Amino acid sequence: MATVEIHGVRKSYAGREVLAQLDLAMTDGELICLLGPSGCGKTTLLRIIAGFIQPDVGTVVVGGQDVTKLSASERRMGMVFQSYSLFPNMTALDNVRFGPRVAGRPKPEQLKRATDLLDLVGLAAHAGKFPHQLSGGQQQRVALARALAVQPQVLLLDEPLSALDAKVRVQLRDEIRRIQRETGVTTVLVTHDQEEALSIADRVAVMNGGRVLQVASPATIYRVPADGFVARFIGSGAVLAGVADAGRVRMGALMLPATAATAHAAGQHVELFVRPEHVRLEAMNGHIPPGALAADVRETVFLGALTRIRVALREADGEVWADLPSEHAEAFKPGSPVLARWDEAAPRVMKRLM
Amino acid sequence: MNRLGFGGWTILVLAAVFFGVPLVMTAAFSLWEGGDRYGWSAYRILLASPQLFNSMALSIELALATVAAVLVLLLPAMIFMNLYAPRLRPLFEFVAALPFVVPAIALVAGLSALVTGPEWLIGTPFYLVIPYFFLALPYAYRAIDVGLRSIDLPTLTEAGQSLGAGMGQIIHLVVLPSLRTALVGSTLLTLAVVFGEFTFANVLLFHTYAVYINEIGQHEATAAAALSVASFLLTWAAMLGVLLVGRGRITEGS
Repeated sequence: MATVEIHGVRKSYAGREVLAQLDLAMTDGELICLLGPSGCGKTTLLRIIAGFIQPDVGTVVVGGQDVTKLSASERRMGMVFQSYSLFPNMTALDNVRFGPRVAGRPKPEQLKRATDLLDLVGLAAHAGKFPHQLSGGQQQRVALARALAVQPQVLLLDEPLSALDAKVRVQLRDEIRRIQRETGVTTVLVTHDQEEALSIADRVAVMNGGRVLQVASPATIYRVPADGFVARFIGSGAVLAGVADAGRVRMGALMLPATAATAHAAGQHVELFVRPEHVRLEAMNGHIPPGALAADVRETVFLGALTRIRVALREADGEVWADLPSEHAEAFKPGSPVLARWDEAAPRVMKRLM
Repeated sequence: MNRLGFGGWTILVLAAVFFGVPLVMTAAFSLWEGGDRYGWSAYRILLASPQLFNSMALSIELALATVAAVLVLLLPAMIFMNLYAPRLRPLFEFVAALPFVVPAIALVAGLSALVTGPEWLIGTPFYLVIPYFFLALPYAYRAIDVGLRSIDLPTLTEAGQSLGAGMGQIIHLVVLPSLRTALVGSTLLTLAVVFGEFTFANVLLFHTYAVYINEIGQHEATAAAALSVASFLLTWAAMLGVLLVGRGRITEGS
């Protein structure tokens, strides 16, 4: 258990910058998710923390000690890989006791620790099985137990759930969270799955283009995205380009309600970002009250409890999505005229990069 | 019957006849003692010949030395390439295929003309280990390569490192046990190549098992047939060994 600090880490391959002057700090016992699209540098950052890659510049400090120059085997960091990485020639028990074994711990201690950890991950009954006799989810649990067996300062999880099917993924995700809380080990999890990140992490670091764009709690990341990329990448929502105009955003002939626009100078090019759960729809009866926007239903997508409805604004070139309880959504057929509205405090307004 | 169908069974029977008849006829000929007499005299001649055991012992020594060369030179090079220099794979593939396109007689001519070295090597039959290594290279390389491709070597190595193991421990505890089937396969293929090699030994005047078979065939035809049958059975036993090792699960721990 330890704090982790990344100071000014930069990494390039053949002139292509993969990580750009990156700083990140993790507190003791925290579970932080590195989240971003493919190629954003999240796995490179994890491998730098693990010691598999040396940064071009910058330092990695764990528990107050600079470990940048230490090899992976000297860092005491348990790691779980995306591909099942159990040693194929060993049983689950032998896999888990591998770390204590190479560290020269007495055999009774190795066996006790391995048995306890297999019990922790719910696989005590499978201790004698070889990896090929275990399912993918079971293999990743054994890998998790094996990583914990070295009593790591930091636990590193490199997309550990991505090779599993949806149901097992959710089960194991919850299990990782439970085990992380029980052991209190500082954990870094890399994922490109935002649902996974938001549901499991204490904090999420959203990355793109080798940079950390925002580090915050899942709720903050979702509700208060730092910029347009984070807003687009996390969850779903409509992005409407316009010009700040006091407490509104002017978009063509339309004035879109958004008190957040007051943070921008009048005339500033901005993007208004509104999530589907903030948009309400009503049937239009010919009258357009103040604050409502005339629109036409374009598409409905049944999602189970909710139905997502895409509507096109009439007086501007823009579309928004609205999530309605499915039993209320049947009235809105494609082509039908509607009124769309949202609470003026709900949208985020961000400066538009031209 | 239904799965193979008539055509399948026809091909199977024809193949069995094609491979089986020469073998049966060779076995029958090895038992022939002239006229209409059959017996074990050819086999008795062989067992009474000290040359058989001398040549076999030499071939076994050369085969073991070649296997050692494969394990000491080729295996570490392939592990290194897979871990640290995967871009060199095409070069390895090319070099491993070279012995197929260079005729043995050209190799032996080159070796005779160019290689000089210490008397303990050049003056003894162990000189043959050098060309035998290259002859066995394509087969040994392929067998080890299949084994290395079947395990995710880089990830297993990184997993071992993250658990605090050094490279020596990872190779000893993880890589070699995981490659056991591949290494047994490569060893048996190397043994088979060395046992069957004739050109090098004959030209360089070493009395190996294959040279002995050729010699005895020139004046004891039935004994040569008996030797062929015995060699065939030995090869079958070796292949059976590969199959059994391949099926057995690998266990490890202490």
